[in-house]
Parts: sequence; C-alpha cells; structure tokens
Amino acid sequence: MRRAVRRLGGWTVSIALLAVYPSSRPSAQDTTRGKAVYEKWCAGCHGDTGAGDGPAAAMMLPRPRNFTGAVYKIRSTASGQLPTDADLMRAIDDGLPGSAMPAWKGRLSDAERRDVMAYLKTFSTFFADTSQHIEPLTFGSAPGGGSGAPALKLGRQFYDSIGCRKCHGDQGRGDGPSAPTLKDDAGFPIFAADLHENWRFRGGGTVEDIYHRLRTGLDGTPMPSFSDLIDQKFLTDEELRRLAQYVRSLSPEREPEVRDVIHAPRLAGALPTSPDDSGWAGVERYWFPLAGQMIRKARWFAPAVAGVWVQAVHDDSTIALRLSWDDRSQSPDTAWLPFTQRVLETVANDDSVAPGAGPWPDQIAVQFPRRIPAGAEGMVRPYFLMGAPTDPVYQWRWTSATGGRGAAGLARGIERFDTLPEAPAARAVYDHGEWRVVFTRSLATPDTANELQFETGRPIPVGFFAWDGSSGEHGSRMAVSTWYFLALDQPTPPRVFISPVVAMVLTLGLGWLVVLRAQRRGAGAARG
Amino acid sequence: MRTFGSVSAVAVGVVVGGVALGLMAWTRPLAVQGGGTVTGKIKFTGAKPAMPRIDMSDEPKCKAKYTTAPPTEETVIVNPNGTLANVFVYVKSGLPATYKAPAPAGAVTLDQDGCRYHPHVFGVMVGQTISIKNSDGILHNIKAKGKANRPFNISQPTLMTSSRAFEKPEVTVPLECNVHGWMHAWAGVLPHPFFSVSGADGSFAIKGLPPGTYTIEAWHEKYGTQTASVTVTGTETKTADLTFAAK
Repeated sequence: MRRAVRRLGGWTVSIALLAVYPSSRPSAQDTTRGKAVYEKWCAGCHGDTGAGDGPAAAMMLPRPRNFTGAVYKIRSTASGQLPTDADLMRAIDDGLPGSAMPAWKGRLSDAERRDVMAYLKTFSTFFADTSQHIEPLTFGSAPGGGSGAPALKLGRQFYDSIGCRKCHGDQGRGDGPSAPTLKDDAGFPIFAADLHENWRFRGGGTVEDIYHRLRTGLDGTPMPSFSDLIDQKFLTDEELRRLAQYVRSLSPEREPEVRDVIHAPRLAGALPTSPDDSGWAGVERYWFPLAGQMIRKARWFAPAVAGVWVQAVHDDSTIALRLSWDDRSQSPDTAWLPFTQRVLETVANDDSVAPGAGPWPDQIAVQFPRRIPAGAEGMVRPYFLMGAPTDPVYQWRWTSATGGRGAAGLARGIERFDTLPEAPAARAVYDHGEWRVVFTRSLATPDTANELQFETGRPIPVGFFAWDGSSGEHGSRMAVSTWYFLALDQPTPPRVFISPVVAMVLTLGLGWLVVLRAQRRGAGAARG
Repeated sequence: MRTFGSVSAVAVGVVVGGVALGLMAWTRPLAVQGGGTVTGKIKFTGAKPAMPRIDMSDEPKCKAKYTTAPPTEETVIVNPNGTLANVFVYVKSGLPATYKAPAPAGAVTLDQDGCRYHPHVFGVMVGQTISIKNSDGILHNIKAKGKANRPFNISQPTLMTSSRAFEKPEVTVPLECNVHGWMHAWAGVLPHPFFSVSGADGSFAIKGLPPGTYTIEAWHEKYGTQTASVTVTGTETKTADLTFAAK
C-alpha cells in the first residue's frame, strides 16, 4: 500500500515534471542539439566525455562535475537518488555560486539549456535505468515563531548536538577538527563550507536552501543527509529548520556589495589599535573580493581567501586600518600539511618546479602608491599587481610566522620586495577561523620619498593581497584585488559652524529691517 | 454438506501447506541442500606491514573503548598463523545463467563501535537489508561510494540504526566516515549467497554449491584479487588455498 502510494506520488511528480519540461524524455533530436551546445559551452571544463576533465578542469577547485556517475550535489531528492530534471535545470540556469560554474540563463536560450540538460544525462547509464526512483522529498512549510533570538538559540543547540562543528567548526568557518582530512568522492581535497559566506553556497543561501541541503546532503561530498533523523523522530522538521535559520544568521543580511571608496572617519578620542577594541564595532565595514593571481608565473587558480573586510579610522595624526578575513587554519599548522600537499597536487602548476607543502604562513598585504596621484598625473596609478621595477608600490605586510610584527617595503612586481627600515605597527588575533589584523602608522613620516604621506580629503589608491598557507599559498600563489580608494575624512573646518550662524543673523536682520520699514510706512500713511 | 466440509478442509490444508512450503523456500534460499563446499585458507607471504595507530584524542568516547591496546588501522590484518584476515572470497562465475536467489529476510549488521566498522569487510546479497548501527553515540556519517550502485551519504549523530540496501552486484562497495577519516568498510554485493570472509584463522568456507566448475575470487582492499578454479560434483568438500604477497 505504502509502495503504491509512493509510486502514485512519483507519478504525480513525473507528470508535473513533464508539464514543466516537455522534453523530460529526451528525443534523439534534443540530445543532438544538446551535444552541439555542450561541445561549444561546457566541454572546456566538463570534458568531451562528461568526465569533468576538460582542458580547464585542472585549474579549478572544486573540480567541474563528472557527469558519468550521475552524482549531483544540489538535488531535491534523497541522498543516493538521481536529481530531477528541475534540479539539473536549476544548476544550469543559476550556476553554482562559489564555484567556476556560471549561470546560463540569459546566455543560452531556454531550448538550448533544455537540450544540453537532456544531453548531459546521456553521459550516465543511471538515467536510462528505469528501476531508479526519482522522487523529490516532501519539504514541509517554514515554521512560525520568526527567526529571532529564541529560534536561533534552538538552532545553535542542534548545531552542537548533531555535530556540525566537527567539520564546519565552532563558529562555522569550516575549521572543524575533521576539516583538514576531507576529500570528495574523486579523492580531491574539499573545504567544509564557510557558513559566514552564504552567497557562496552552491545551492543558494536562503534558509529554505540550507534546510534542503540538510535534508538531501550534498552527494559526492562529505556532507551527509539528515533525513533519517527526521524519519526516526530524533529531530523534528521544525528543529532542522531552526538549525537552517541559525546557519543563515551567521552571514550578513545581504551579499556584501563592493564599494570603491573606504571612508575613514576622523575620531576625536583614542584610536582603536587592537583587533578586538570595542571601538571598531561602530566603524563601517567594506568588503573587497579577491581573485587568484593568474597573470604571472606561478599562477594560482584556487584562491582560498574569498575576500577581506576593511575598516579604517584616523585622528589627524595616525591612521588605523583593520582587515578581517576568514581562514580555516592558523598556519603553519601541521594538522593541515597533508591537506596542503593534496591541494598543491590537485591544482594545476605552471611553474617548472612542483611546489612543496610548506609549512607556509598566512599573510596579508595592503598596497598604496608611494605618492597620492595628483595634478598632471591625474589618476595614474602604478601597476595593480605590486607595481613594476621602475614604478614600485608602497606595501604593508603581515605574516603569521613573524610573531605579529608588521613590515613595510617597496614592491617592484611580485618577485621583488625591498623592505624599508620603518614599518607600521601590526597587531593580530586569530579567532575560530578568522584573522583580524590592525595596522597603525603616522599619517606623515620623514621618508617622504618611499612612504606614502596620508592626507585627509583626497582619494588614496589602495589594494589588498592574501595568502592562506594551509591551502599552499605562498609567493605568487595568492589572492589579489584591484585598486580601490581610501578617503580620510577631513576635520570639519570652522566655517562649517560659523556660516549658518552668519546666514541666520543676516536673514533675521534683513527681515527685521523689512518689517521695520513696513511699520514706518504704515504709521506715516495713518498720520497723512 | 459433509462433502463441502471435507472439500473445504482439504482446501485449507492445501493452502496452509502451500504457505508453509512457500515460507520454507523463502526463508532458506541460501544454498542448495547438501551441496558441495569450497573451503581454504588465505595465505600471506612477505613482510607484514605495520598498521599506523589511530589518534582518537578528538573522540574520547571512542578512545575509552580501547583499554588494552591502542587502536590501529585495519588495512592489512595478518593473523598470528600467518594468514590474511578480511579477504572477501566469492564465486565469481560458474553458476548457471538461470540461477536465481532471492535476498534473505534477515539483515546484515554494520556496527560503528569505537570509531571503527564491525565487520570491516562483509558480504551481502542484492536487495538484502544492511542495518547500519551507531553504537558510539557521536556523529558518524556513512558514505557508500558504489559505482554500479547509487552512492549515498547519511548522517547518524546519535545512537541509532538506519537501513539501506544495494540494488546491483558490486565487489566491492567502499563505505567510509568523513568525520573520522580512518573509518573504512567494504561490502561485497552479490546476486547469490556463495561468499565468505576470511577470519582470525584465515579460513573461509562457501557452502551449498550446486555441481559445477567455479571461478573463486579472493578480494583484498590493498592487495587486489586472486582466483582459483574449483569443480564440485556432489556434496564433497574441496580445498582451494589462495595466496597474497606483500607489496
């Protein structure tokens, strides 16, 4: 009976799918057209035979999907089941955030996307096997009670009790004790998701998306399905949804937008110079995404640091700059050495020698021109990738290996860094998968030839670089940003306060004169 | 009236008898009654590799279960008598094409105890239930990485048992836990009941074989496969020793 009901359910779904996707059972014509689309747009990464081994595959981590096993991360079906056509269409339409897979909706026509979906199913015999059940899970509706503190507290309880921290870490940054041992089904190293960057979740970052991933698991990865817990009544559906709400709450409300200019407010009191000074709480944060360094050898295709949060303040004599970024380990960490080795073996190396596993430290660099571009120079800035031999950039650097001291120097391209005698003060904290580093330096210094002289009210070009040692990053293998701007707010000039008073006095005075004259005239007329 | 009574009694008898016979056939499909037996030992030559210790410091509950000797990995278990344990021995070919055996009603239990799988290597029939048990009460995930079978990955964060089955023959399906990278088990999935796993004395026994000439294959997770050919004519016991060499 149960089976009959299930079968009936399956039929309903199939009929529904047929209605949505008329080509659910692909005709030869669909797959022929799909093959052409595939070979033009997909094979470069996924390979001619669908094995996820196209020419570009070796430069990616995570690797492109291997279609031959029909194992898919993002599904609406139970772990072990094939995805529905709608699941496949979603991955094609929206792409997989945080990976190299782009969204194809708008780039390919509806028919092209449908045809290519029909074609990629032909890479595996599982889709032709009629004994396979494909049946979306029943996802209940979201519970009431909102997503306030009580809901999140409950979610956090389940985060602890069902062992999420084993891989995702105590604070959810993918730094749990099992994280350095993780591999996907093909044996490639895989990162436990950083739950603070939900805009990079492969299957979407909403509470509903997260809840679905908890129910289905991400097949082919170490992330399991938690549906058995609900079936056996160890957890209720509502409790699992509370967990999803908690996970969602770890990320910002909206995907951070990239703004070009960092505004550094001028503080009247003492500057926050330690990473955890409460003074930082009220200072605006700016997000700058980073990309792999792919211009000079040795190129780096798998940057581990997705981006950096930047805050800046000054007090007319000193500037303090706080950088915060997620990093799964406090490198060098021997527990991560085998993982480092696996990453370096997996990601394509264009250098003549194969890199060793380290131990490499974590590093950050902040870059400025030596002088603020002005006048005839316009906005001409040095080359963004650490300047050039004849046109160096001024950099602040910090590495986890030197006990937290900062360094400054002139970079003349990525190969050459000439250390300067004076360095900014640097203080760092590593806290559950996040580095927080504060640089402080006087706005003005004696070495005006090499060191940038900070001035208020002028846009100062700034750029960022990050290295995660445990992901094998060192030297030219790093994450880079483009040029942005830093603007130190000017002290408010006295005229800002005086002008309104003068204006008010003038207005009042003139008004009084007008009234006076009118009254005099009125009095004169009455007398006359 | 009387005739009707005796007819119905006979009918009931036939039905009951049929059901009983059916049940017998259903519960005892494992082997041909009194068929032949193939037995033997899995020998091992060369240096016995040292198995690395497993550091269970992150899992005190598991660590506490090893009071006499610290846990070690189980990739190669050489018995004191020089034989090899955890070798899956099975009939690879030789059964008549028409041979069919339904899956037994009983389940095979795979226990997670002390952050290790028990058994480490096991056989199971196509469609037969595998009861996956968590006796540790800490988070384990069970990932099956079949190629012919659909891979799955389920979570067991507490004392609980989940049931799964494999639908296609496959020697072998790797099972692993990603929370504890050292946990590996192997399932030999077959459409017939003619399999065995070498134990602490290195011996195996495949019973109830119908007459025929069979290829017997021995599979080991590190050393690969060895085969032997055996002919069974009646109810006799044939010996087939197989040897793996250290690599």
